[in-house]
Amino acid sequence: MNIEISAGDTAWILVCCSLVLLMTPALAFFYGGMVRRKNVLSTLTLSYIFMALIGVQWIVYGYSLAFGSDINGLIGGLNFLGFQNVGALPNADYSKTIPHTLFAAFQMMFAVITPALITGAFVERVKFKSFLLFSLLWATMVYDPLCHWVWGQGGWLKSMGVLDFAGGTVVHVAAGFSALAFALVIGPRRGYGNSSIEPNNIPLTVLGAGLLWVGWFGFNAGSALAANGVAVNALLTTNTSAATAGIVWMMLSWLDGRPSTLGIATGMIVGLAAVTPASGYITPLTAMVVGAVAAPLSYYAMRFRERRRLDESLDVWACHGMASLWGMVATGLFATISVNADGANGLFFGNPNQICIQILAVVTTMIFSFTMTYILAKLLNISIGLRVSPMEEEVGLDISSHGERSYS
Amino acid sequence: MLKKIEAIVREDKVNDVKDALSEIGIVGLNMFEVRGHGRQGGIQLVGRAGVYQVTMLPKIQINIVLNERNLDEALEVILKSAYTGEPGDGIIFVTPVEDVIRVRTRERGEQAMSYPGDIDSKRSRQNG
Repeated sequence: MNIEISAGDTAWILVCCSLVLLMTPALAFFYGGMVRRKNVLSTLTLSYIFMALIGVQWIVYGYSLAFGSDINGLIGGLNFLGFQNVGALPNADYSKTIPHTLFAAFQMMFAVITPALITGAFVERVKFKSFLLFSLLWATMVYDPLCHWVWGQGGWLKSMGVLDFAGGTVVHVAAGFSALAFALVIGPRRGYGNSSIEPNNIPLTVLGAGLLWVGWFGFNAGSALAANGVAVNALLTTNTSAATAGIVWMMLSWLDGRPSTLGIATGMIVGLAAVTPASGYITPLTAMVVGAVAAPLSYYAMRFRERRRLDESLDVWACHGMASLWGMVATGLFATISVNADGANGLFFGNPNQICIQILAVVTTMIFSFTMTYILAKLLNISIGLRVSPMEEEVGLDISSHGERSYS
Repeated sequence: MLKKIEAIVREDKVNDVKDALSEIGIVGLNMFEVRGHGRQGGIQLVGRAGVYQVTMLPKIQINIVLNERNLDEALEVILKSAYTGEPGDGIIFVTPVEDVIRVRTRERGEQAMSYPGDIDSKRSRQNG
Protein backbone atom coordinates (compact mmCIF):
# COMPACT_ATOMS: atom_id res chain seq x y z
CA MET A 1 0.00 0.00 0.00
CA ASN A 2 1.22 3.48 -0.80
CA ILE A 3 2.14 5.70 2.07
CA GLU A 4 0.32 8.82 1.03
CA ILE A 5 -2.27 10.97 2.72
CA SER A 6 -5.84 10.39 1.60
CA ALA A 7 -8.12 13.36 2.11
CA GLY A 8 -11.13 11.05 2.43
CA ASP A 9 -9.55 8.87 5.08
CA THR A 10 -8.28 11.89 6.97
CA ALA A 11 -11.68 13.58 6.96
CA TRP A 12 -13.39 10.42 8.17
CA ILE A 13 -10.96 9.79 11.03
CA LEU A 14 -11.20 13.44 12.09
CA VAL A 15 -14.96 12.88 12.42
CA CYS A 16 -14.41 9.58 14.24
CA CYS A 17 -12.09 11.32 16.69
CA SER A 18 -14.95 13.62 17.66
CA LEU A 19 -17.43 10.74 17.83
CA VAL A 20 -15.20 8.79 20.22
CA LEU A 21 -14.60 11.89 22.32
CA LEU A 22 -18.39 12.24 22.64
CA MET A 23 -18.54 8.79 24.23
CA THR A 24 -16.91 10.00 27.44
CA PRO A 25 -19.59 12.61 28.23
CA ALA A 26 -22.16 10.05 27.05
CA LEU A 27 -20.74 7.53 29.51
CA ALA A 28 -20.83 10.18 32.24
CA PHE A 29 -24.58 10.58 31.72
CA PHE A 30 -25.11 6.85 31.31
CA TYR A 31 -23.55 6.39 34.76
CA GLY A 32 -24.86 9.65 36.23
CA GLY A 33 -28.47 8.57 35.82
CA MET A 34 -27.94 5.35 37.76
CA VAL A 35 -26.58 6.75 41.02
CA ARG A 36 -28.49 8.51 43.78
CA ARG A 37 -29.26 12.20 43.42
CA LYS A 38 -26.63 13.20 45.97
CA ASN A 39 -23.83 11.77 43.80
CA VAL A 40 -24.75 12.86 40.27
CA LEU A 41 -22.12 15.58 39.88
CA SER A 42 -19.48 13.38 41.45
CA THR A 43 -20.27 10.58 39.00
CA LEU A 44 -20.24 12.94 36.02
CA THR A 45 -16.89 14.34 37.14
CA LEU A 46 -15.33 10.89 37.48
CA SER A 47 -15.81 10.45 33.73
CA TYR A 48 -15.35 14.02 32.50
CA ILE A 49 -12.03 14.48 34.29
CA PHE A 50 -10.40 11.95 31.96
CA MET A 51 -10.80 14.28 28.99
CA ALA A 52 -8.51 16.61 30.92
CA LEU A 53 -6.26 14.09 32.66
CA ILE A 54 -5.51 11.80 29.72
CA GLY A 55 -5.71 14.75 27.33
CA VAL A 56 -2.46 15.87 28.95
CA GLN A 57 -0.94 12.48 29.86
CA TRP A 58 -1.27 11.18 26.30
CA ILE A 59 0.63 14.13 24.82
CA VAL A 60 3.35 14.10 27.45
CA TYR A 61 4.17 10.38 27.53
CA GLY A 62 1.09 8.14 27.14
CA TYR A 63 1.24 7.88 23.38
CA SER A 64 4.94 7.16 23.48
CA LEU A 65 4.57 4.33 26.02
CA ALA A 66 1.84 2.76 23.91
CA PHE A 67 3.10 3.33 20.39
CA GLY A 68 6.77 4.33 20.71
CA SER A 69 9.46 2.07 19.27
CA ASP A 70 9.08 -1.37 20.80
CA ILE A 71 11.08 -2.57 23.81
CA ASN A 72 10.98 -6.39 24.09
CA GLY A 73 7.35 -6.51 22.96
CA LEU A 74 6.32 -5.10 26.33
CA ILE A 75 6.27 -1.30 26.14
CA GLY A 76 6.84 1.54 23.74
CA GLY A 77 10.03 3.61 23.91
CA LEU A 78 10.33 7.29 24.63
CA ASN A 79 10.83 8.43 21.03
CA PHE A 80 7.34 10.01 20.88
CA LEU A 81 7.67 11.81 24.25
CA GLY A 82 5.82 15.12 24.10
CA PHE A 83 4.61 14.17 20.61
CA GLN A 84 8.10 14.73 19.22
CA ASN A 85 8.51 12.87 15.92
CA VAL A 86 4.72 12.70 15.64
CA GLY A 87 3.95 14.85 12.65
CA ALA A 88 1.53 15.55 9.87
CA LEU A 89 3.08 12.94 7.60
CA PRO A 90 1.76 9.38 7.54
CA ASN A 91 3.47 6.72 9.64
CA ALA A 92 4.40 3.45 7.94
CA ASP A 93 3.42 1.36 10.98
CA TYR A 94 0.14 2.91 12.05
CA SER A 95 -1.28 5.37 9.60
CA LYS A 96 -0.44 4.82 5.98
CA THR A 97 -3.07 7.21 4.61
CA ILE A 98 -3.69 9.68 7.44
CA PRO A 99 -1.37 12.02 9.34
CA HIS A 100 0.45 10.36 12.22
CA THR A 101 -0.89 13.09 14.51
CA LEU A 102 -4.43 12.07 13.62
CA PHE A 103 -3.78 8.43 14.50
CA ALA A 104 -2.31 9.57 17.81
CA ALA A 105 -5.30 11.84 18.48
CA PHE A 106 -7.78 9.07 17.61
CA GLN A 107 -5.97 6.71 19.98
CA MET A 108 -6.07 9.39 22.67
CA MET A 109 -9.86 9.21 22.74
CA PHE A 110 -9.65 5.48 23.49
CA ALA A 111 -7.19 6.15 26.29
CA VAL A 112 -9.63 8.74 27.67
CA ILE A 113 -12.74 6.58 27.81
CA THR A 114 -11.18 3.33 29.05
CA PRO A 115 -10.37 4.43 32.61
CA ALA A 116 -13.68 6.32 32.67
CA LEU A 117 -15.45 2.98 32.18
CA ILE A 118 -13.89 1.66 35.41
CA THR A 119 -15.45 4.44 37.50
CA GLY A 120 -18.78 2.59 37.51
CA ALA A 121 -17.22 0.22 40.04
CA PHE A 122 -16.62 2.76 42.80
CA VAL A 123 -19.14 5.59 42.37
CA GLU A 124 -20.79 7.15 45.44
CA ARG A 125 -17.89 6.41 47.81
CA VAL A 126 -14.46 6.99 46.24
CA LYS A 127 -12.14 9.68 47.59
CA PHE A 128 -11.48 12.07 44.72
CA LYS A 129 -7.77 12.57 45.41
CA SER A 130 -7.10 8.83 45.55
CA PHE A 131 -9.17 8.34 42.42
CA LEU A 132 -7.06 10.85 40.49
CA LEU A 133 -3.86 9.20 41.58
CA PHE A 134 -5.18 5.73 40.79
CA SER A 135 -6.33 6.87 37.36
CA LEU A 136 -2.98 8.29 36.39
CA LEU A 137 -1.18 5.18 37.63
CA TRP A 138 -3.66 2.90 35.89
CA ALA A 139 -3.35 4.74 32.58
CA THR A 140 0.44 4.53 32.83
CA MET A 141 0.92 1.03 34.19
CA VAL A 142 -2.06 -0.84 32.76
CA TYR A 143 -3.53 0.89 29.72
CA ASP A 144 -0.34 2.05 27.99
CA PRO A 145 1.47 -1.31 28.18
CA LEU A 146 -1.64 -3.29 27.25
CA CYS A 147 -2.26 -0.99 24.33
CA HIS A 148 1.30 -1.60 23.20
CA TRP A 149 0.98 -5.40 23.49
CA VAL A 150 -2.12 -5.53 21.32
CA TRP A 151 -1.78 -2.61 18.91
CA GLY A 152 1.81 -1.33 19.10
CA GLN A 153 4.25 -2.35 16.38
CA GLY A 154 6.29 -5.16 17.95
CA GLY A 155 3.84 -5.69 20.83
CA TRP A 156 3.95 -9.36 21.81
CA LEU A 157 0.26 -10.10 21.35
CA LYS A 158 0.15 -8.22 18.06
CA SER A 159 3.17 -10.20 16.87
CA MET A 160 1.31 -13.42 17.69
CA GLY A 161 -1.50 -12.28 15.41
CA VAL A 162 -4.23 -11.43 17.92
CA LEU A 163 -7.34 -9.88 16.38
CA ASP A 164 -8.75 -7.01 18.42
CA PHE A 165 -10.27 -4.57 16.00
CA ALA A 166 -11.34 -1.73 18.28
CA GLY A 167 -10.39 -2.62 21.82
CA GLY A 168 -12.08 -5.74 23.20
CA THR A 169 -9.07 -6.51 25.35
CA VAL A 170 -7.41 -3.11 25.59
CA VAL A 171 -10.60 -1.25 26.46
CA HIS A 172 -13.45 -3.44 27.64
CA VAL A 173 -11.94 -6.56 29.19
CA ALA A 174 -9.27 -4.41 30.85
CA ALA A 175 -11.87 -1.97 32.23
CA GLY A 176 -14.27 -4.74 33.29
CA PHE A 177 -11.79 -6.80 35.24
CA SER A 178 -10.13 -3.73 36.73
CA ALA A 179 -13.56 -2.66 37.93
CA LEU A 180 -14.03 -6.04 39.58
CA ALA A 181 -10.68 -5.79 41.38
CA PHE A 182 -11.31 -2.21 42.53
CA ALA A 183 -14.77 -3.07 43.84
CA LEU A 184 -13.31 -5.91 45.90
CA VAL A 185 -10.79 -3.58 47.51
CA ILE A 186 -12.99 -0.54 48.17
CA GLY A 187 -15.97 -2.55 49.46
CA PRO A 188 -19.69 -1.90 49.16
CA ARG A 189 -21.50 1.40 49.55
CA ARG A 190 -23.00 2.05 52.99
CA GLY A 191 -26.34 0.36 53.22
CA TYR A 192 -25.78 -1.72 50.09
CA GLY A 193 -28.13 -4.71 50.21
CA ASN A 194 -30.19 -3.27 53.08
CA SER A 195 -31.83 -0.15 51.74
CA SER A 196 -32.72 0.07 48.08
CA ILE A 197 -30.30 2.21 46.06
CA GLU A 198 -32.45 3.54 43.23
CA PRO A 199 -31.32 5.27 40.05
CA ASN A 200 -32.03 9.01 40.31
CA ASN A 201 -32.72 9.69 36.63
CA ILE A 202 -33.14 6.86 34.15
CA PRO A 203 -33.79 9.31 31.26
CA LEU A 204 -30.18 10.56 31.66
CA THR A 205 -28.96 6.98 31.38
CA VAL A 206 -31.08 6.34 28.30
CA LEU A 207 -29.78 9.52 26.68
CA GLY A 208 -26.23 8.47 27.50
CA ALA A 209 -26.79 5.02 26.00
CA GLY A 210 -28.07 6.57 22.77
CA LEU A 211 -25.08 8.88 22.48
CA LEU A 212 -22.76 5.97 23.25
CA TRP A 213 -24.24 4.03 20.35
CA VAL A 214 -23.65 6.98 18.02
CA GLY A 215 -20.11 7.43 19.31
CA TRP A 216 -19.44 3.72 18.92
CA PHE A 217 -19.65 4.10 15.15
CA GLY A 218 -16.56 6.29 15.43
CA PHE A 219 -14.98 3.83 17.84
CA ASN A 220 -15.45 0.71 15.71
CA ALA A 221 -15.81 1.94 12.13
CA GLY A 222 -13.06 4.47 12.77
CA SER A 223 -10.74 1.67 13.80
CA ALA A 224 -10.46 0.78 10.12
CA LEU A 225 -8.41 4.00 10.02
CA ALA A 226 -9.78 4.56 6.53
CA ALA A 227 -13.03 5.40 4.79
CA ASN A 228 -13.41 2.03 3.15
CA GLY A 229 -15.41 -1.21 3.03
CA VAL A 230 -13.96 -2.51 6.30
CA ALA A 231 -15.16 0.65 8.04
CA VAL A 232 -18.67 0.24 6.64
CA ASN A 233 -18.71 -3.42 7.63
CA ALA A 234 -17.62 -2.48 11.14
CA LEU A 235 -20.41 0.08 11.37
CA LEU A 236 -22.95 -2.54 10.27
CA THR A 237 -21.74 -5.29 12.60
CA THR A 238 -21.71 -2.78 15.45
CA ASN A 239 -25.27 -1.77 14.78
CA THR A 240 -26.45 -5.36 14.33
CA SER A 241 -24.91 -6.63 17.56
CA ALA A 242 -26.31 -3.72 19.57
CA ALA A 243 -29.73 -4.23 18.04
CA THR A 244 -29.77 -7.98 18.71
CA ALA A 245 -28.52 -7.65 22.27
CA GLY A 246 -31.11 -4.93 22.91
CA ILE A 247 -33.92 -7.25 21.80
CA VAL A 248 -32.62 -10.26 23.73
CA TRP A 249 -32.13 -8.21 26.91
CA MET A 250 -35.67 -6.88 26.57
CA MET A 251 -36.96 -10.47 26.42
CA LEU A 252 -34.92 -11.52 29.47
CA SER A 253 -36.18 -8.52 31.39
CA TRP A 254 -39.74 -9.27 30.28
CA LEU A 255 -39.48 -12.89 31.46
CA ASP A 256 -38.35 -11.64 34.88
CA GLY A 257 -41.07 -9.02 35.17
CA ARG A 258 -41.48 -6.25 32.63
CA PRO A 259 -39.38 -5.03 29.70
CA SER A 260 -37.55 -2.26 31.55
CA THR A 261 -36.17 0.80 29.75
CA LEU A 262 -32.96 0.63 31.77
CA GLY A 263 -32.62 -3.03 30.80
CA ILE A 264 -33.09 -2.39 27.09
CA ALA A 265 -30.53 0.44 27.15
CA THR A 266 -28.12 -1.78 29.07
CA GLY A 267 -28.56 -4.60 26.55
CA MET A 268 -27.67 -2.26 23.72
CA ILE A 269 -24.43 -1.22 25.43
CA VAL A 270 -23.59 -4.87 26.07
CA GLY A 271 -24.05 -5.64 22.37
CA LEU A 272 -21.75 -2.75 21.50
CA ALA A 273 -19.05 -3.85 23.94
CA ALA A 274 -19.24 -7.44 22.71
CA VAL A 275 -18.83 -6.68 19.02
CA THR A 276 -15.99 -4.19 19.51
CA PRO A 277 -13.06 -6.62 18.97
CA ALA A 278 -14.88 -8.47 16.20
CA SER A 279 -16.46 -5.59 14.31
CA GLY A 280 -13.89 -5.32 11.53
CA TYR A 281 -13.52 -9.07 10.96
CA ILE A 282 -16.99 -10.64 10.99
CA THR A 283 -20.14 -10.37 8.86
CA PRO A 284 -23.31 -8.58 9.96
CA LEU A 285 -25.10 -11.93 10.19
CA THR A 286 -22.59 -13.40 12.65
CA ALA A 287 -22.74 -10.10 14.56
CA MET A 288 -26.28 -11.20 15.50
CA VAL A 289 -24.81 -14.27 17.18
CA VAL A 290 -22.32 -12.05 19.00
CA GLY A 291 -25.12 -9.82 20.33
CA ALA A 292 -27.51 -12.68 21.07
CA VAL A 293 -24.98 -14.54 23.23
CA ALA A 294 -23.60 -11.41 24.90
CA ALA A 295 -26.97 -10.37 26.34
CA PRO A 296 -27.71 -13.47 28.48
CA LEU A 297 -24.03 -13.76 29.41
CA SER A 298 -23.96 -10.24 30.84
CA TYR A 299 -27.48 -10.48 32.23
CA TYR A 300 -26.71 -13.54 34.32
CA ALA A 301 -23.24 -12.25 35.20
CA MET A 302 -25.06 -9.24 36.69
CA ARG A 303 -27.43 -11.50 38.63
CA PHE A 304 -24.49 -13.58 39.83
CA ARG A 305 -22.71 -10.46 41.04
CA GLU A 306 -25.81 -9.30 42.89
CA ARG A 307 -26.21 -12.69 44.56
CA ARG A 308 -22.62 -12.54 45.73
CA ARG A 309 -23.47 -9.13 47.24
CA LEU A 310 -20.47 -7.63 45.51
CA ASP A 311 -21.08 -3.92 45.02
CA GLU A 312 -19.44 -3.45 41.64
CA SER A 313 -21.93 -0.68 41.49
CA LEU A 314 -22.73 -0.07 37.82
CA ASP A 315 -21.75 -3.50 36.49
CA VAL A 316 -18.69 -2.61 34.46
CA TRP A 317 -17.48 -6.18 34.80
CA ALA A 318 -20.76 -7.77 33.72
CA CYS A 319 -21.47 -5.32 30.89
CA HIS A 320 -18.02 -4.65 29.46
CA GLY A 321 -15.71 -7.34 30.83
CA MET A 322 -17.89 -10.36 30.19
CA ALA A 323 -19.39 -9.11 26.92
CA SER A 324 -16.05 -8.30 25.36
CA LEU A 325 -14.50 -11.51 26.70
CA TRP A 326 -17.10 -13.29 24.60
CA GLY A 327 -16.49 -10.87 21.74
CA MET A 328 -12.80 -11.79 21.66
CA VAL A 329 -13.64 -15.49 21.59
CA ALA A 330 -16.29 -14.84 18.92
CA THR A 331 -13.66 -13.12 16.81
CA GLY A 332 -11.66 -16.34 16.94
CA LEU A 333 -14.75 -18.22 15.80
CA PHE A 334 -16.28 -15.99 13.14
CA ALA A 335 -13.46 -13.89 11.69
CA THR A 336 -13.10 -14.21 7.93
CA ILE A 337 -10.66 -12.70 5.48
CA SER A 338 -13.54 -12.23 3.06
CA VAL A 339 -14.53 -9.29 5.26
CA ASN A 340 -11.05 -8.00 5.99
CA ALA A 341 -7.98 -9.16 4.09
CA ASP A 342 -5.74 -7.74 6.85
CA GLY A 343 -7.48 -9.98 9.40
CA ALA A 344 -7.49 -13.76 9.65
CA ASN A 345 -9.87 -16.67 9.47
CA GLY A 346 -11.48 -17.97 12.63
CA LEU A 347 -12.33 -21.51 13.72
CA PHE A 348 -15.43 -21.72 11.53
CA PHE A 349 -13.38 -20.71 8.53
CA GLY A 350 -10.79 -23.41 9.03
CA ASN A 351 -8.28 -21.76 11.33
CA PRO A 352 -8.41 -23.28 14.85
CA ASN A 353 -5.16 -21.55 15.74
CA GLN A 354 -6.82 -18.12 15.87
CA ILE A 355 -9.10 -18.97 18.75
CA CYS A 356 -6.15 -20.08 20.86
CA ILE A 357 -4.47 -16.72 20.30
CA GLN A 358 -7.73 -14.92 21.14
CA ILE A 359 -8.16 -16.84 24.38
CA LEU A 360 -4.53 -16.27 25.33
CA ALA A 361 -4.98 -12.53 24.79
CA VAL A 362 -8.17 -12.40 26.86
CA VAL A 363 -6.78 -14.45 29.73
CA THR A 364 -3.62 -12.35 29.77
CA THR A 365 -5.63 -9.14 29.79
CA MET A 366 -7.92 -10.41 32.57
CA ILE A 367 -5.06 -11.47 34.80
CA PHE A 368 -2.88 -8.42 34.07
CA SER A 369 -5.59 -5.80 34.53
CA PHE A 370 -7.17 -7.49 37.56
CA THR A 371 -3.86 -8.04 39.35
CA MET A 372 -2.41 -4.61 38.61
CA THR A 373 -5.60 -2.84 39.66
CA TYR A 374 -5.89 -4.92 42.80
CA ILE A 375 -2.33 -4.04 43.80
CA LEU A 376 -2.69 -0.33 42.95
CA ALA A 377 -6.00 -0.06 44.80
CA LYS A 378 -4.66 -1.97 47.82
CA LEU A 379 -1.58 0.26 48.04
CA LEU A 380 -3.65 3.42 47.82
CA ASN A 381 -6.13 2.02 50.33
CA ILE A 382 -3.50 1.41 53.01
CA SER A 383 -1.65 4.65 52.32
CA ILE A 384 -4.03 7.54 51.60
CA GLY A 385 -7.31 5.60 51.71
CA LEU A 386 -9.72 4.94 48.86
CA ARG A 387 -12.98 5.90 50.54
CA VAL A 388 -14.51 9.07 51.87
CA SER A 389 -15.56 9.05 55.53
CA PRO A 390 -18.93 7.47 56.42
CA MET A 391 -20.30 10.96 57.11
CA GLU A 392 -19.16 12.28 53.73
CA GLU A 393 -20.66 9.25 52.04
CA GLU A 394 -23.96 9.79 53.85
CA VAL A 395 -24.10 13.44 52.82
CA GLY A 396 -23.21 12.54 49.25
CA LEU A 397 -20.10 13.22 47.21
CA ASP A 398 -21.61 16.18 45.34
CA ILE A 399 -21.49 18.25 48.49
CA SER A 400 -18.72 16.54 50.46
CA SER A 401 -16.20 16.21 47.59
CA HIS A 402 -17.14 19.03 45.24
CA GLY A 403 -19.06 21.53 47.36
CA GLU A 404 -22.01 21.70 44.98
CA ARG A 405 -25.32 20.03 44.46
CA SER A 406 -27.03 18.90 41.27
CA TYR A 407 -30.51 20.08 42.05
CA SER A 408 -31.65 22.81 44.38
CA MET B 1 -64.55 21.74 68.17
CA LEU B 2 -62.11 21.86 65.27
CA LYS B 3 -60.65 18.74 63.71
CA LYS B 4 -57.79 18.09 61.32
CA ILE B 5 -57.97 15.44 58.61
CA GLU B 6 -54.71 14.06 57.28
CA ALA B 7 -55.66 11.94 54.29
CA ILE B 8 -52.83 10.03 52.60
CA VAL B 9 -54.02 9.08 49.15
CA ARG B 10 -52.75 7.91 45.76
CA GLU B 11 -51.03 10.58 43.66
CA ASP B 12 -53.42 9.93 40.78
CA LYS B 13 -56.50 10.30 43.03
CA VAL B 14 -55.62 13.76 44.32
CA ASN B 15 -57.62 15.70 41.79
CA ASP B 16 -60.70 13.49 42.29
CA VAL B 17 -60.51 14.06 46.05
CA LYS B 18 -59.96 17.79 45.66
CA ASP B 19 -62.90 18.16 43.25
CA ALA B 20 -65.21 16.08 45.41
CA LEU B 21 -64.33 18.14 48.50
CA SER B 22 -64.84 21.46 46.79
CA GLU B 23 -68.24 20.27 45.60
CA ILE B 24 -69.46 19.98 49.21
CA GLY B 25 -67.86 23.33 50.09
CA ILE B 26 -64.44 22.40 51.43
CA VAL B 27 -62.09 24.65 49.48
CA GLY B 28 -59.33 25.38 51.96
CA LEU B 29 -56.74 22.63 52.02
CA ASN B 30 -53.05 22.01 51.52
CA MET B 31 -51.04 18.97 50.62
CA PHE B 32 -47.59 17.39 50.95
CA GLU B 33 -45.76 14.92 48.79
CA VAL B 34 -44.97 12.12 51.20
CA ARG B 35 -43.28 8.73 51.01
CA GLY B 36 -44.15 5.65 52.94
CA HIS B 37 -45.70 2.24 52.98
CA GLY B 38 -48.45 0.36 54.73
CA ARG B 39 -49.02 -3.31 55.37
CA GLN B 40 -48.24 -4.21 51.77
CA GLY B 41 -44.65 -2.98 52.26
CA GLY B 42 -44.08 -1.35 48.88
CA ILE B 43 -43.94 -2.73 45.37
CA GLN B 44 -41.46 -4.38 43.01
CA LEU B 45 -39.77 -2.43 40.23
CA VAL B 46 -37.75 -3.79 37.32
CA GLY B 47 -34.04 -2.94 37.31
CA ARG B 48 -31.25 -3.66 34.84
CA ALA B 49 -31.40 -7.39 35.42
CA GLY B 50 -34.42 -8.54 37.39
CA VAL B 51 -36.67 -6.94 39.95
CA TYR B 52 -36.07 -5.13 43.22
CA GLN B 53 -38.29 -4.04 46.09
CA VAL B 54 -39.15 -0.39 46.56
CA THR B 55 -40.46 0.12 50.07
CA MET B 56 -41.11 3.84 50.19
CA LEU B 57 -43.78 4.81 47.69
CA PRO B 58 -44.82 8.35 46.83
CA LYS B 59 -48.24 9.46 48.11
CA ILE B 60 -49.99 12.75 48.67
CA GLN B 61 -51.07 13.86 52.12
CA ILE B 62 -54.05 16.23 52.06
CA ASN B 63 -54.52 18.38 55.16
CA ILE B 64 -57.91 19.86 56.04
CA VAL B 65 -59.06 21.62 59.19
CA LEU B 66 -62.82 21.78 59.71
CA ASN B 67 -65.60 21.91 62.23
CA GLU B 68 -66.43 18.62 63.92
CA ARG B 69 -70.00 18.73 62.67
CA ASN B 70 -68.72 18.56 59.08
CA LEU B 71 -66.22 15.78 59.75
CA ASP B 72 -68.26 12.72 58.76
CA GLU B 73 -69.46 14.27 55.53
CA ALA B 74 -65.91 15.21 54.51
CA LEU B 75 -64.56 11.79 55.44
CA GLU B 76 -67.26 10.07 53.41
CA VAL B 77 -66.39 12.18 50.36
CA ILE B 78 -62.68 11.39 50.69
CA LEU B 79 -63.29 7.69 51.22
CA LYS B 80 -65.43 7.55 48.09
CA SER B 81 -63.21 9.61 45.81
CA ALA B 82 -59.88 8.04 46.87
CA TYR B 83 -61.12 4.46 46.62
CA THR B 84 -59.93 1.93 44.02
CA GLY B 85 -60.17 -1.28 46.07
CA GLU B 86 -56.54 -2.19 45.41
CA PRO B 87 -53.83 -2.25 48.11
CA GLY B 88 -52.25 1.20 48.41
CA ASP B 89 -55.44 3.28 48.55
CA GLY B 90 -54.07 5.09 51.60
CA ILE B 91 -55.09 5.97 55.14
CA ILE B 92 -56.78 8.84 57.00
CA PHE B 93 -55.86 10.29 60.39
CA VAL B 94 -58.15 12.62 62.35
CA THR B 95 -56.86 14.77 65.22
CA PRO B 96 -58.26 17.62 67.34
CA VAL B 97 -57.05 21.16 66.61
CA GLU B 98 -56.37 23.66 69.38
CA ASP B 99 -56.94 26.86 67.48
CA VAL B 100 -56.93 28.45 64.03
CA ILE B 101 -55.84 32.02 63.24
CA ARG B 102 -56.27 33.68 59.84
CA VAL B 103 -53.27 35.88 59.22
CA ARG B 104 -55.04 38.67 57.31
CA THR B 105 -58.00 39.21 59.69
CA ARG B 106 -56.71 37.74 62.93
CA GLU B 107 -60.02 35.89 63.27
CA ARG B 108 -59.72 32.87 65.54
CA GLY B 109 -61.32 29.46 66.00
CA GLU B 110 -64.59 28.74 64.31
CA GLN B 111 -64.82 32.27 63.01
CA ALA B 112 -61.59 31.85 61.13
CA MET B 113 -63.03 28.79 59.43
CA SER B 114 -66.14 30.30 57.90
CA TYR B 115 -66.43 32.15 54.64
CA PRO B 116 -69.09 32.64 51.97
CA GLY B 117 -69.69 29.41 50.08
CA ASP B 118 -68.17 27.16 52.73
CA ILE B 119 -69.62 23.82 53.73
CA ASP B 120 -71.92 25.34 56.39
CA SER B 121 -73.40 27.97 54.13
CA LYS B 122 -73.96 25.35 51.42
CA ARG B 123 -75.81 23.12 53.85
CA SER B 124 -77.97 25.90 55.23
CA ARG B 125 -78.91 26.92 51.70
CA GLN B 126 -79.94 23.35 50.96
CA ASN B 127 -81.95 23.08 54.18
CA GLY B 128 -83.44 26.54 53.89
